[in-house]
Parts: sequence; C-alpha cells; structure tokens
Amino acid sequence: METIYAAVLIASALIFGICGAGTAIAFGNLGGKLIESSARQPELAPRLQTQFFLVAGFVDVISIIGVGMAMLFIFATPFSV
Amino acid sequence: MAEQAAEHAEEGAAQYATGGEYINHHLGFLTYGKHPDGYDHAGEWGFAHSQEEAADMGFWSIHVDTMGLSVVTGLIFLGVFLAVSRKVTSGIPGGLQNFVEMLVEMVQSSVKTTFQGNNPFIAPLALTIFCWIFLMNLLDLVPVDLIPLAAQGVAGDSHLFFKAVPTTDVNITIGLSASVFLLILFYSVKVKGMGGFLGELAFQPFGKWAMPLNLVMEVPAFLAKPVSLALRLFGNLFAGEVIFLIIALLGYWQAFLHVPWAIFHLLVVPLQAYLFMMLTIVYLNQAHQHH
Repeated sequence: METIYAAVLIASALIFGICGAGTAIAFGNLGGKLIESSARQPELAPRLQTQFFLVAGFVDVISIIGVGMAMLFIFATPFSV
Repeated sequence: MAEQAAEHAEEGAAQYATGGEYINHHLGFLTYGKHPDGYDHAGEWGFAHSQEEAADMGFWSIHVDTMGLSVVTGLIFLGVFLAVSRKVTSGIPGGLQNFVEMLVEMVQSSVKTTFQGNNPFIAPLALTIFCWIFLMNLLDLVPVDLIPLAAQGVAGDSHLFFKAVPTTDVNITIGLSASVFLLILFYSVKVKGMGGFLGELAFQPFGKWAMPLNLVMEVPAFLAKPVSLALRLFGNLFAGEVIFLIIALLGYWQAFLHVPWAIFHLLVVPLQAYLFMMLTIVYLNQAHQHH
C-alpha cells in the first residue's frame, strides 16, 4: 500500500513536471510570436488574439488532461490495494 | 467571498479526519440508483451512502447533483434570454438588454468570421454552448463548501455527497462533446454525402493507393475531436476545483490564496466556454466544407 502510494506520488510529480515544462515552452513560443506579429502589424492584433486563444486551447489540452489525471491519482487514487 | 469560504471550510473540514478525506468527500457525487447486493437496502432504489457503493451501482445510476445543477443553469440561461427578448426595445436599452446584445454580437461575429457555410442553426448552437458552459463553470467561483453544506442542511444528512460544479463531472463534458460529435457526423453526411464523407477519411492526404495509411491517420484524428473537446473542459475545471479544495484545507490563511486563484479562474472560466464554442464552430465548419 505505502509503496504503491509512493509510486503514485512520484508518477504524479513527473506528470506535473513534464506537463509544466512542455506548456511553458509552447506558451513561450506562442506568446512571443503573438507579440512579435502584433508589433509588426498592429491592425491584425484582434484577429491574431482570437487565434492565439484557439491555439492556446490546443496547446494545453494534453497537459491539462495530464494534470487532471495526476490530481485524480493523488486524491482519489484508483490504485489502492 | 473568500471570507465566507473560510468560515464554511472551518466548520466543514472539522468533521473529517484527514485532508485527503475532506477532498475525497468533496469529489463524490450524489448518486441515485439501485442499492447493489452486499449493502443496506439491497434491491431498493435510493441514494448511495459511500463512493464504493456508487461505483457498484453500475450503469443504471444517475448523478443527481450534476444533472440538477446543469438543468438549473440551463433554465437560468433560457429564462434570462427569454425575458430580455420579450421586452426588447429599439430605444435606449436597459443594462440586461445591453449585456445580452453584447453576448449575441460576440457570438455572431465569431460565427461570421469562422463559419463559411450557410446554416442558420450554428449561431444559436454556439450561443447556447457558450452561455450554458459559462454558467456551469461559474459555479466554480462559489465557495467550495457553500453549496454542499446547503444541500446537506436541506437533506438533514451531514455525510451527503454533493458536487457543485457540473463541468467537473466527466459525464457532462462527454455528453456535450458527444452531441457536437453527432452533429459533425450528421452535417458531414448531409453536406458531402456518405461517399464524400468516407472518401475524405480514406483518400486524404496521400491519394487512393495509400488508403490503409490514410485511414490509420485520419480516423484517430477524427475520433480525437470529441475526446479532446470533453477532456479539455473537464481537466481545466477539475484541476481548478481540486486546487480550491486544497486551499480550503489551510484554515484561516486560505483567504490570501483563494482570492488570487479565484481571480485567475475569472480568466479560465470564460476562456474554456469560449474555446468549446469556437472549436464546435471550427469542427462544424470542416464538416460543411466541400472538396
């Protein structure tokens, strides 16, 4: 039981860490490009912002699912033996 | 709001032995179904007394809290919009009419820029999805113990399970995305014909001689649409709700953390509703496109 719980906690920590790293890189790129292109063509900024949020949704879907799963593993773990 | 949450959590958390128990109790659903064998009142219909019993009830059980609150929020949306549309004026509009007009115009412009087909059904669908999911998500900002404690007070049972936010139940989000998926199938077949729809899956992107490869690439991508749509909404709201619950365990210090997290959630709540609406429009636009 304790071993399983320890393994679940380590797995959840890994999920959190890797998800965080992945989205951090993605959002860094995404936000940087958004600011860059809005600075180049300010008249396009509102349209770019809409698409930015759309792509942001695509970017964070896998990692937010991972975070949700990790939360589930920690607080309502299905692995209790 | 956070002060209130502090008070409620203080009296709420006192009856639980550990923090994990408190959080687990708040993640349980008010489940109605047939009591399974091995529990009290086996064979009769009633509310589950523990989460194991709720799990053992199997398919023919229903989450009363999720269903009830989602129907109530849906009725609030319909009621407000109906009341406004009844006494709409072309003169100087009141505050509520301004607000509704703003919402309708926002959805209208989103549909106009994204949806290229001709279908009068899409804009009302998008408006409904946006407002309904927004209202369901908004329950996340109600203090985490307020609605469960109220429900426990009404029922007179201090161990009643009650989960306030409908979108933290994966059944609701999958129900929504499955409806959207059925609409995608319906309009794909209606606009392109059965052959056109299957051909799109089988003959792209590598031409007809690579049909197995095309199918392997296109079918999972097609099936991933409703799954990602549902799990994105669920994951965001579920993670947010669990963090609210963790903060609620901190005693009187929680007010300093609830406020920033709630402010951050003011961004997440409409953003997730907006994303669900936009992706529905985008997917239905793909379904309407001829090649």
